[in-house]
Amino acid sequence: MEPILEVRDLVKDYPGHRALAGISLSIPRGSFFSLLGPSGCGKTTTLRLIAGFEEPTSGEVLIKGQVVNRRKPYERNVSTVFQSYALFPHLSARGNIEFGLKRHGVADISDRVAEAIRLVGLFGKEGRKPVQLSGGERQRVALARSLVLAPDVLLLDEPLAALDPKLRKQMRAELKAMQRRVGITFLLVTHDQEEALSMSDQLAVMHDGRVEQVGTPEEVYFRPRTRFVAGFLGAVNWIDGVGIRPEATRLAREAQNHGAKSFPALVTDSVFLGDCFQVIVRLATGEEAVAQVQRSSDVFQPGESVHICWNPADEILVT
Amino acid sequence: MKLRSWFVLPTWIWMVGLFAAPFAIVFAYSFLTRGVYGGVEHPWTWENYQRLFDTLYLTILLRSFAMALVATLLCLFLAFPAALFISRSPKHKNLYLQLVMLPFWTSFLVRTYAWLFLLRDTGLVNTVLQKIGIIHSPLQLLYNDGAVLLGLVYGYLPFMVLPIYATLERLDPSLPEAAADLGARPWATLLRVIVPLSRPGIIAGAILVFIPCLGAYLTPDLLGGGRTVLVGNLVQTQFTTARDWPFGSAVSMLLMLLVTVLVWGILRRESEQLT
Repeated sequence: MEPILEVRDLVKDYPGHRALAGISLSIPRGSFFSLLGPSGCGKTTTLRLIAGFEEPTSGEVLIKGQVVNRRKPYERNVSTVFQSYALFPHLSARGNIEFGLKRHGVADISDRVAEAIRLVGLFGKEGRKPVQLSGGERQRVALARSLVLAPDVLLLDEPLAALDPKLRKQMRAELKAMQRRVGITFLLVTHDQEEALSMSDQLAVMHDGRVEQVGTPEEVYFRPRTRFVAGFLGAVNWIDGVGIRPEATRLAREAQNHGAKSFPALVTDSVFLGDCFQVIVRLATGEEAVAQVQRSSDVFQPGESVHICWNPADEILVT
Repeated sequence: MKLRSWFVLPTWIWMVGLFAAPFAIVFAYSFLTRGVYGGVEHPWTWENYQRLFDTLYLTILLRSFAMALVATLLCLFLAFPAALFISRSPKHKNLYLQLVMLPFWTSFLVRTYAWLFLLRDTGLVNTVLQKIGIIHSPLQLLYNDGAVLLGLVYGYLPFMVLPIYATLERLDPSLPEAAADLGARPWATLLRVIVPLSRPGIIAGAILVFIPCLGAYLTPDLLGGGRTVLVGNLVQTQFTTARDWPFGSAVSMLLMLLVTVLVWGILRRESEQLT
């Protein structure tokens, strides 16, 4: 099937600084796709180029197979949920949601607004101004304002970053559910790997203006292609040239032989995290490693000699 | 007295000496009788206020309000695009702001005289137009309402540009982007988002322009040539040639009362809008 959104060799230069060094992506229709990377990796720039707020230095943006480089934001059928929500402070929640429909001269405005309000669960609060809404409610208005236009792609720029941690986890599930229900393609930009892993059908890990890897959450987590991807998606120990995630390691008092790799080490610290212990060990080579140990198993004290072991199948092989 | 009380002392001296006391004097004068050679005499009287209801004076007051209103609207339509341009300028904001404030480096009186030289029959505008053959006899550019309006707009335009610029500068740049993203073309973004959100600056600028225009006497005097009598000229005449200080005081009091009520009403409405 033809991708709903495609970028080809996208480059964006700012004076004295290359924000995007040629990225290509293909986003399938109806999918939840994430751009994941640290700040300054170019993910937000990518989003802004797709929305049309800026023009690429070179390369192409295609929506439904058509090059839209020259089209203004109001000529592209994509819509953005801004990190700060960018709600119009002088308009009520309803006024904000109606804004786009009025600009497009839609006939059945009140029906569609009512449906959007129900979809995001804002019923009864339509008359309030943004200052009278909580952070979560503002985000719902921002979502409704974009979704009501039925865009080809909904662009979300760190939409959960401004929420408190508890609400953030709840909204992850809600966003994902909402995307399934409306069937609109979501393109999410985030620096939070948990967010990207938990919501996305596919994600692209970005670094220094380039795409490092594209894949499903399982693929990029378990089979990262580069050290950067492995490290960005979660903690990883680099021992003897291979990578191993802390949750895939075990600690034992005796060396393990049958099929497992095993290295002698010295416990240097042990941190209680509630559901598990994080035990930090130093290997004979001087390398440090972290092992995640279940609460029910043995308790390891600093200074103890142990063996850190893992199953070779869990190893991360990078280029 | 505590040390910090001393710091507000200059403010008190200023307010009492330069605002409250003159206000009290003018208030008292407005209830007295005119002296033969100017000044005031007993007895106390309401007569000065009764005279205000003469149609002659009401017409002057109405004309002054109309002129000030038109001047304010003209300033708004000229200042808004200028302020928008300056706030969107990537590099030369400070230069443009300096240019807006440049006229303040010269006395207002001198600048108003400069307009006389530009607009009179043998002035630059008429000379140039005659030289290039567009007109054959000089246009009457001075001593009419148009010249007064021009002078007022020219004189008070910066007071409209600066507050509007200040609100536009603070405007979250993602708001116009969001508007465009939702399908608003540039005009719709301007009228539905940028203008409504610069309302505080527009109100502040309108007040800063309207009040001095309402009381202006120099501009109508020089550019209006005495034909265009506004309330500022009325007050001035009463204190000078007419030697009727009590009536001049009564006109001043009425003007102050009207301005106070107007500004108070506007500010109250604005503060309600915010909640």
